[in-house]
Order: sequence, then C-alpha cells, then structure tokens
Amino acid sequence: MYEFDYHRAASLADAVSQLKQVGDSKPLAGGMTLLPTCKMRLARPAKLVDLGAIAALKGIVISDTHVTIGAMTRHADVAASRELAAALPALCVLAGGIGDPQVRNRGTMGGSVANNDPAADYPSACLGLGATIVTDRREIAADDYFQGLFQTALEEDEIIAAIRFPRPDCAAYVKFKNPASRYATVGVFVSRKGSDVRVAVTGAGSDGVFRVAELEAALAKTFAPDAVASIKVPGDGLSSDMHGSAEYRAHLIPVLAARAVEACK
Amino acid sequence: MQSVTLTINGQKVTADVEPRMLLVKFLREHLRMTGTHVGCDTTQCGACTILFNGDAVKSCTMLVVQADGGTVTTIEGVAQDSKMHPVQEAFHIHHGLQCGFCTPGMVMRTLDLLAKNPKPSEEDIRHQMEGNLCRCTGYHNIVAAVQAASGQTPVGH
Repeated sequence: MYEFDYHRAASLADAVSQLKQVGDSKPLAGGMTLLPTCKMRLARPAKLVDLGAIAALKGIVISDTHVTIGAMTRHADVAASRELAAALPALCVLAGGIGDPQVRNRGTMGGSVANNDPAADYPSACLGLGATIVTDRREIAADDYFQGLFQTALEEDEIIAAIRFPRPDCAAYVKFKNPASRYATVGVFVSRKGSDVRVAVTGAGSDGVFRVAELEAALAKTFAPDAVASIKVPGDGLSSDMHGSAEYRAHLIPVLAARAVEACK
Repeated sequence: MQSVTLTINGQKVTADVEPRMLLVKFLREHLRMTGTHVGCDTTQCGACTILFNGDAVKSCTMLVVQADGGTVTTIEGVAQDSKMHPVQEAFHIHHGLQCGFCTPGMVMRTLDLLAKNPKPSEEDIRHQMEGNLCRCTGYHNIVAAVQAASGQTPVGH
C-alpha cells in the first residue's frame, strides 16, 4: 500500500468536512473492496476517512411502508435481522450470500452501493425495489443513482447515510454465483407491489445493474414463473469474460427471473 | 504514526503504527504472534482469520487503526492453561487438517460460527466455512470436526 493519512470520523458532518479538506481522500466503510484495491496499489488515496465509528449510520428501521438501513450496517447484521426477515426477507437472503462470513462481518451496504461493482448484489436490490439513496445532502432515486461501471450519482465528497426501501408485496433475489468469489455471474432481483413489477439484473451488464422492461411487462400481466421462462433476452451489451459469454448470461436472466418469481415472498 | 490501543487475547497493547499497517502484519511482525497465517493476502483464503470484537474477520484486510479500541482474539488466545479448546481438540481427533496451514483460521472461524449457531447443520457448516480454504483435506474432516465440536455426530461416523 502507498502511504495515506487516516481519520476516524466522529460524525457524518465531520466525515464530509474531512473529505472536502483533502483532495483524493476517500471514505472508508468496511474496506472489503477499498483495502484490497489499496493493497494492489490500484488506488492511492491521500487520506482515508473511516466511517466505522459513526453510530448514527448503523441500524435497521422498519415502518409500515418502508425499511431504512443505515449505510454502515454490515451484511452480517442485515442477514441476521429477525425483524427484517419478517418485513423484507429477500434482503436477508441477499446479504447472507455476499462474499463469505468474514467479509459479511466487515462489509457494509453503503460501501457496496457507493462502489457499484457491476457484479455486486446490493445494487440489484436497490434498483429492483425502487429504493432511495439517502446521502448527507439529498435523496437520490435508485433509477437515477447507478450510472455505469463503478459510476454513481454521488459527488466526490458525498457520503451515503442510509438506503430506504419501499416494502413490496413480495420480492426475491436469486443469483448464479461465481463459485470462487461468490460475486454474481448473474443475479436477478424481482419485486411486486400491486401491479408494479420490477426486475433488476446484476453481474450481466457491461454497464452495471439494469432493469429488464420485457420481463417486467410480462410479470405485470401474469406474476408466475411460466410468464418469463420462455422470453429470450438478447446478449447485446452484456458482459463476456472467462466465467461466461454474453449469450450465456443472457440465457441465465429469464431462468433466474423465473426462479426468483417462484421464490418470491 | 498513530497511537493505537487494542486488547489482544486479554492483554492491553499500545503502539505507534503507520495508518497503512495491516492488522495481520501488526500481529505477526510487531507482536511476533505468528499463529495467525497469511495465505493469499487477498481476502480469500481465511488463514488470517481472527476475532475482532467477537466476529471472525480477515486480518489481512483490516488496518490496525481501524481496530483501535477494539478486542482481538487470535489462535494464541484460544487454548487455556496449555489445554486445547474443544474446537482445537475436535480438529485434532477428527483429523480436520493435514499440513495445518489453514487450521488457525479454521479454528477462529469455527469459534464465531458456533457462538452464533451452536448446532449448525452440515449445510450450515459448509456455507458458513466458505471463507476458509483448505488445499489438503477436501473439507470432509473439517466439517466433521465442526460437527463434533458442536456436540453432534460427525458426518459418516
């Protein structure tokens, strides 16, 4: 790692002010991506501003209509929350499948969503539930937030405070995971609220997470696995790598969407 | 340099460290506690697993400064009065190791797993041990050791 300065922020305001003071400084959440990136010398932050001690950024609040999760809530806490398992179980399942237990004991929802890895799990939940990204200064709809590979609507010195998910009638996340990294080769998040159906896909897009209008329309008409199983999703614009071609990933999308519909609760 | 104070295996330790120093490097090279291993150094293999505030984490992917004020347990702190911990005993009896390189991490991970899920099923164990790689055993005896350590009859016995 290159040298850097370190500051443990006492509050969200303190963290933002630190980021404003030093150019090339970065907020440090769980560090499950940022620290390996620094170790490989692919990043050279001048200063890391640690968000780990800001208690206000942790926790899960459930109301009749929404679930709000603090940005520094760890995957392990999301996976293990009994209240969340009753209100929005798809999020628990998703969180419990990220990385491995040690990673889930450090990694956070805000860190994952701020990083916007094209194969990360949480972006699909945000887009698939129509979540709102709450930052230190504004609220951003998930539909406007994800802007390509590792690109988001966040400004350089903007920090996610929480993510607010509307509670659906039912939802599910199914991923075909890379057996080594357990990142999504393809992951599909499906939710239904009344006649509004959202289908968000991670792992497959060469531009990051995206919605599939054709699958959403078919499921809005008939919310059943058979409604999507025979829909062909084109491979254009999907990613190809050693783990699977664009066509392979395209094939997996309706297959996993059907499984997600089956698993919806 | 930054001053940090941690409680490691029950002992208070204070030191001045560079912000970029990894926790595992601090344990091994500053404190000379070499029971915690570095396998892959890329957050994958789990050989460097320790307990931080009771949770299993990979100490190759955590800065010492992040751990400031916290509690760390390493493999050196597991046996009491030269008597092996039941988890260590189970790995020994069920031959849950061959070369032993991954074993400190496996034991630390098992302690966290059993603290949160005292009677895990075989499926739970396999899922919950995913962050620890073993290149010798094929995992079967590791699963058996975890089952035995949780007071259950090991697979295939």
